[in-house]
Amino acid sequence: MWQALYDELRARNFIVISVALDSGGPATTGQWISKAKATYPCLIDERHVTAELYGVVNVSSAVWIDESGRIVRPAETAGTSDAFRTQLDRTTKQMSPQGMAERERVRGAYLNALRDWAVSGPASPYVLPVDAARRRLPLPAEAYALAAANFRLGQYLHARGHAQAAAPYMAEACRLHPESWSYRRQTWELEEPGKAGGAEFWAAVDALGDRPYYPPAVLEP
Amino acid sequence: MSVTILYKERPPYAASATVEGENLWVDAGELPASAGWELRPEGVCRGDVCVPVPRGREGEFLRERPARFNLAALARLLAEPVVHEDAHGVWFFGEGAAARRAEMQSLRAPDFTLPDLEGRPHALADYRGKKVFLVFWASW
Repeated sequence: MWQALYDELRARNFIVISVALDSGGPATTGQWISKAKATYPCLIDERHVTAELYGVVNVSSAVWIDESGRIVRPAETAGTSDAFRTQLDRTTKQMSPQGMAERERVRGAYLNALRDWAVSGPASPYVLPVDAARRRLPLPAEAYALAAANFRLGQYLHARGHAQAAAPYMAEACRLHPESWSYRRQTWELEEPGKAGGAEFWAAVDALGDRPYYPPAVLEP
Repeated sequence: MSVTILYKERPPYAASATVEGENLWVDAGELPASAGWELRPEGVCRGDVCVPVPRGREGEFLRERPARFNLAALARLLAEPVVHEDAHGVWFFGEGAAARRAEMQSLRAPDFTLPDLEGRPHALADYRGKKVFLVFWASW
């Protein structure tokens, strides 16, 4: 998905690192990674450790890190939008022309910001000043740390074949951190492949009402 | 009995320990290997950092003959989450929210090491010196 961008910008001292927040591991991510034929690192995070480190609660999300290892844009929606909620036919999975246009607009704006950063570095207006970056940090509440612990224990049990024993811990993680779509959807998917995009998912999305599924990335500081 | 201790990012460790409700009494000799802590006269220590056992509450933390230490009591003292599942004897000890917040506020990108599809490990630090677009996706 990011290969064309990487080819375009790699000479600018720029690299893409993709991380799959996916407890299915190589079994569920392998076909996608192979198909992408990416020349940048495609890593697999079965325990969702990086989500905890960076405060990621949904995909597609991204973090920008400069040459010195400083976060210049904390976790945010990466080039995707809520168009799917109203513009996607849920049976045929076809997006309306209006939805396609909206998706292209959001993705285009995000890619332009990324290009500007790759080329201009710290002079790019999309590099957040320290104060602005700090204000946007998804700082974890106490309940989120407890949610993460429950998720990690549940994931460990599930990976060792104890799905039934794992279930209450995964459920508790979702309850303690309801904003985390990755906990919720991963839990569904472990229960039953496909469930993460099934009726429960759409009901939860519809229950958001006016609230966003993908909070729009505010590109300018 | 044997308990699997998952201490933050350390690999799983099968420890000989006694579970009593919300308390986990770990053999003192196994503290370094299971959790990276060791008992010293000044308290329970990891590198240069020592946490004194609160005065008057020694019984919550320490037992003698055999020497045992209550790892769950330490987690509670440090406001770190601890979750356990007793049928399979698994205890998970996580990072506290305050430590995570402090780490985030430094704006230093936390390092991690993860495998690619072939199982080769990659550390974020391997790519220091480049602009890194760290992007998260999933198959679900």
